[in-house]
Amino acid sequence: MIKPRAFLPLIGIAILLAVWTMVNSFRLVDPVLLPSPQSTFRTLWQGMIGGKLGADFVKTVVRTISSTAIAAVIAIPLGILLGSSEKVYRSVEFLIDFFRSTPASAMFPLFLVLFGVGDRTKISVAAFGAALVILFNVAYGVMNARKTRLLAAKVMGASRSRVLFDVMLKESLPQTFVGLRNGVSLALVIIVVAEMFIGSTDGLGQRVFEAQQLFDMPGMYAAIFAAGALGYALNLLFLLIERRFVHWAGR
Amino acid sequence: MSSPRGNVATVPGSAFDESHRTAPHVTIRGLSKHYTDATIYDRFDLDIPRGKLISVFGPNGCGKSTLINMIAGLVPPDAGEVLFDGRPLSGIKFGYVFQNYREALFPWLRAFDNIAYPLKLMGVPLAERNSRVEELVGHLGVKIDLSLYPYHLSGGQQQLVSIMRALIVEPEILFLDEPFSALDYEMTLFMREQLQRIFLETGTTTVLVSHDLEEAVYLSDYVLLLSRHPARVVEFVPFDAPRPRTDRTMTEPSFIATKAHCLKLFQREVQRG
Repeated sequence: MIKPRAFLPLIGIAILLAVWTMVNSFRLVDPVLLPSPQSTFRTLWQGMIGGKLGADFVKTVVRTISSTAIAAVIAIPLGILLGSSEKVYRSVEFLIDFFRSTPASAMFPLFLVLFGVGDRTKISVAAFGAALVILFNVAYGVMNARKTRLLAAKVMGASRSRVLFDVMLKESLPQTFVGLRNGVSLALVIIVVAEMFIGSTDGLGQRVFEAQQLFDMPGMYAAIFAAGALGYALNLLFLLIERRFVHWAGR
Repeated sequence: MSSPRGNVATVPGSAFDESHRTAPHVTIRGLSKHYTDATIYDRFDLDIPRGKLISVFGPNGCGKSTLINMIAGLVPPDAGEVLFDGRPLSGIKFGYVFQNYREALFPWLRAFDNIAYPLKLMGVPLAERNSRVEELVGHLGVKIDLSLYPYHLSGGQQQLVSIMRALIVEPEILFLDEPFSALDYEMTLFMREQLQRIFLETGTTTVLVSHDLEEAVYLSDYVLLLSRHPARVVEFVPFDAPRPRTDRTMTEPSFIATKAHCLKLFQREVQRG
């Protein structure tokens, strides 16, 4: 039996749709600027099923996932390396924090010079942003490994590498997943912005931008919703993976 | 004030020691430990008798835990040596139980695999690891669902798993650092009985740090009373009530007298500070 509580989130959605329908039917906002929910969702549905929106959606997914994957492959081992020695981490901490605080969008021109116009630039800027977030979290996860747990392994006779792989790595996993979730969100933001402004011909960012240029408002809202759904789904996906592999997190 | 050395041979009953040996198990000589603001140990000597349960008791901050941590190699001493039948720590198998079981167990491993982990470190094949854990569980009569993860067990069960993890290697000596002080009173009483049973079953030399005098006397063959730092042995108080001890033990004159004696010495130490 599903508990009534499970339906609570639907109330917020219902309210949004009701307000939207009302605003639309009483013409409180120019219907050209705010189309009806029906026409928006029809456009979204038709676009996703065999329309151009679906193809753009896939493009953005591929770019976001590739940049996150590249970031993870670089940042996780590096984070473990830096985190396993606090002295090493402290010596590069400022650099990590500085570039983590630098808006990745400010790096577009530099990456354009390096990689030219194309997917490589988009993916590498997003990977750059995501990598710093992941790196920071992994390093902190390793550094904050419970001292008792490390001692317990040591006292049982675990070698340094055993302690690293059996304890430190496992200890850092919950924080690593926090990094991955934040990283993939950031990567999506950067990819969508890149698709809008740096000479892209496809992707959700491009779809939103193009719809706006053509004053195709239902198309624009549909693309925005598609981007929102993608962000939500990616976060959910990582949460599910996390629950599966890091069942002990927070316990 | 009596020295711990020599006590072992003169205590009645030690001739019936399982090992039939009167030589001390652990010899600690000239152990020194300085922190920037205090000297915790200054040329500390102690013999730990074989097959006995020793409780370490003393004023707060006197270095009770530091002592077993130095013996067990968790804290390096500044000077001195600790030998186990003449061998260094690296040559023996020992078990260590932390106060904070929640942080000492590995939450990513099931209770069973936590217990088996030290064997894995020793390179024991899986089948043998499993059979040895089963054997220990049967031997101790433990009734815990070991397929659960530690965070699904109660505090007492988790600490019992920790103790089994320490015992799985068949240690020559077992160290416990205030193992029950994070548990509620009911669980503490239960765990005291568990520890007593384990000690009776295995006869392993056991060193228990305790901050509860009743527990220290009740469980041990000797109470090691330490002074304020730099810690000296105030007295090595024997308590030879027969085992298994029960609630009735605590009402017997010998228990009350031993506890009162320890308390008097303890309070004298506290007031000196």
